[in-house]
Amino acid sequence: MRELSRESVSDIAVGSAVLGTGGGGDPSLGQWMAIHAIEEYGPVRLITVDELDRDSLVVPAGMMGAPTVLVEKIPGGQELVNAYQRMETLLGKTIEAIMPVEAGGVNSLLPLVLAAQKGIPVVDADSMGRAFPEVHMTVFHLNGLSPEPAVLADEKGNTAVLYPADGDWYEGLARELTVRMGGSVAVLDYPLRGEQVKQSAIPGTLSLAERVGSMLRQFHSRENSPVQSMIEQLEAVLLFQGKVVDVERRTESGFAKGKVCLTGTGSYRERECELLFQNEFLAAQGEGKVIATTPDLICVLDEETGTPVTTEKIRYGMRTVVIGLPCHPKWRTVDGLNLVGPRRFGYPFDYVPIPKTIQGSV
Amino acid sequence: MHYRMGVDVGGSHTDAVLLDENLCCVHGVKVPTTANVDSGIREAVERLGKESGIHPRQVKLATLGTTHCANAVVERKNLSRVGMIRIGAPATRSVPPMVGWPEDLKKAIGSVYFLVRGGREYNGTPIVPLDLEEIRHACRQMKGLVDAVAITAVFAPTDPADEDLAAEIVREELGASIPVTRSGELAGLGLLDRENATILNAALNRTANRVIEGFRRALEQAGMQANIFFGQNDGTMMPEKMARRFPIRMIACGPVHSLRGAAHLSKMSDAVVVDVGGTTTDVGMVSNRFPRESIDPAEIGGVKINASMPDLLSVGVGGGTVIRGGPEDICLGPDSVGHRLTQLARCFGGSTWTLTDAAAAIGRIGWTPFMSVTEEEKQRSQKAMSVVKNRVEEAIDRIKGGPSPVSVILVGGGSSLLPDELTGASQVIRPPHHEVANAVGAALGQVGAQVERIVSLEEESRDYVYQHLKKETFEATVRQGADPKTVRLISVEEIPLSYLPGKSVRFRLKAAGDIRTSAEDTAVL
Repeated sequence: MRELSRESVSDIAVGSAVLGTGGGGDPSLGQWMAIHAIEEYGPVRLITVDELDRDSLVVPAGMMGAPTVLVEKIPGGQELVNAYQRMETLLGKTIEAIMPVEAGGVNSLLPLVLAAQKGIPVVDADSMGRAFPEVHMTVFHLNGLSPEPAVLADEKGNTAVLYPADGDWYEGLARELTVRMGGSVAVLDYPLRGEQVKQSAIPGTLSLAERVGSMLRQFHSRENSPVQSMIEQLEAVLLFQGKVVDVERRTESGFAKGKVCLTGTGSYRERECELLFQNEFLAAQGEGKVIATTPDLICVLDEETGTPVTTEKIRYGMRTVVIGLPCHPKWRTVDGLNLVGPRRFGYPFDYVPIPKTIQGSV
Repeated sequence: MHYRMGVDVGGSHTDAVLLDENLCCVHGVKVPTTANVDSGIREAVERLGKESGIHPRQVKLATLGTTHCANAVVERKNLSRVGMIRIGAPATRSVPPMVGWPEDLKKAIGSVYFLVRGGREYNGTPIVPLDLEEIRHACRQMKGLVDAVAITAVFAPTDPADEDLAAEIVREELGASIPVTRSGELAGLGLLDRENATILNAALNRTANRVIEGFRRALEQAGMQANIFFGQNDGTMMPEKMARRFPIRMIACGPVHSLRGAAHLSKMSDAVVVDVGGTTTDVGMVSNRFPRESIDPAEIGGVKINASMPDLLSVGVGGGTVIRGGPEDICLGPDSVGHRLTQLARCFGGSTWTLTDAAAAIGRIGWTPFMSVTEEEKQRSQKAMSVVKNRVEEAIDRIKGGPSPVSVILVGGGSSLLPDELTGASQVIRPPHHEVANAVGAALGQVGAQVERIVSLEEESRDYVYQHLKKETFEATVRQGADPKTVRLISVEEIPLSYLPGKSVRFRLKAAGDIRTSAEDTAVL
């Protein structure tokens, strides 16, 4: 167990933008919310899954909705507390720890806000190991755990409780309610016992985000390559290095979909690479071959600064480095790939694990 | 014959130009910027009149572009104390205003802040009803403690009603003369960055008034009776009354005027512009004769703001950049001799090797160098020039937005550092009067307006919505003083809201037109 410093919070924010693989929403709002909550209510403790009591009640918390709405109608903070209290009332038990739903994007930091307000610890784990666009794309769902009761709350004082029939119903109903409630709501779901978290959750993801963030921060103050440190220290693999030469975008059912074409620079000169995205980067192809796919993490960084590049902002002329991070082994199972593999997103190819050997260096 | 004048006050130089009725550049001058800016402007204006022989009364329109407002924020000087009202409770309580601001800037502006109930949802319905009593209460609390008021309401860029009502109450309580900034008039969606822009705008009120008075005085002393306008960050300009209300819109107008001026002088509507100064080179893009906007929030004095800013890449090389090392380990800058080029540089008899000397050594600048050049120095100069060329070419490639070659316009005092052929350029243009392109840009005189809305395309067709918003934008531009016959769209942004069903789309339209110059028309501004 340790207390999170202001610097840790900032590092988690930067690192979770990398683990957000181009999507997940801008973590800087989450960063300010967490810092303000810690200043107002006191420090937040981070505990490992091993430190969790087998019987303690743990609930993942976050926000769901449109990022555009979230950064305009920023949360009041009370909606998270309202959902929390409703969850405790429904279960007749006290919540002893909070955890993030996803380790990528803004949702990696929102549990810190609630934890500061309620004075309880945050578990260093999440249910995706990255960011995914749909609420039920979690390892909990994969392990047959139920999201119910799922509590949605808005800043106006409304709370809604869902007992959905299955994952698709959950996603559909939650989206509809979110729109009706103003486009951005707090969500608490998958109430779990400590034992279930130990068995199912992906451990260590907040500290992973923190490490990635700290590598990038040190790069801003010193002259070493954060990409090289990530490759050396995190089992990351350099997938490609190149310049963006084309970006194609279209919008289908609320998702920004498209394709980015890169031509190689450095040791990738004369080679080409295509990145496919749907809010997040989901696949990389080169010379007619699939190089990497979801659920492995495909992270695009600015070659010069190491800053993560989002699918919203990527455009012609950017010099990028594409690195792959292996996903948690749970996602690489048949059921895991059915839930979050490339075919689930409509791509006509199967999952290809990212190569283990490093080709070239930055 | 009538003329219009453009004046651009930069960190080291104040430039002024006269354009005739056909917008042709008649004459331009460059004088050093003085600590008391009025006198620098006066000198430039007087010299312009004397050298061109044009009578001051013939100048009907005068536009100023200046770095005053940016400097006030950066130096934390002459800032007004601001009372902040955020309309958004019970939402938005999780982050207070001014989060992440540098302490000294907070101290200069003060932290008088109230969060009141109200604000809108993305579709315009109230989050909760606006609490007018809370606003009255806030006003009574801040009375005497603040010089200006900044109001920021949730979703004000798409529905300004709450901010308008709040502003009325502030005037009732604190008097009609208190300057009030409403966020929805300034910037787009993204509450914290827009609120930052709103607070800074309110804080700049005093500086803006000084600049405006100074410009007016300088023109009066020169015997001019021109209509006065001020350059904005998006390349359009605004009348004096607007400049008093929206000083933050002047904060980045310098580089924007360069881009606009370069395009005008070259008669190009779409091109990459490379402005080579003494210390840095700015690379930007004009499309449809206006600078392309940045998609990232800008930062000023340590504060992030989302007011529209030009998309610029700055490369750390300019005419005064100091060269170190030999041909193998050459190192350029980042330091520069700046405006002391004519004292320190080798080709002017000094001892410092600058990029200007390198350009002279290889014969790119057409004068005989004062110094004799050894073979090694020549090689080194060649190497330096090729490094400059590569760095500028990379910036051109990053900014041009697509793989096909584009026209590249070179302007600024240091533009002779660059050759006539550049990778990625279909042609390289060096327009006449390029050294005062920024003042030319200021003089062009177009006014503009923008409209931002989130609309649902479920009930209405995209075309209907688009036509409706286009009309609204045109009307807003005419209200800014544009001649209706000349108004046209300069940019359209259409961004679907991701993760939300219901086909909600954020539209942002901008239009601009030529200023109406007849007396009856300007009287209504």
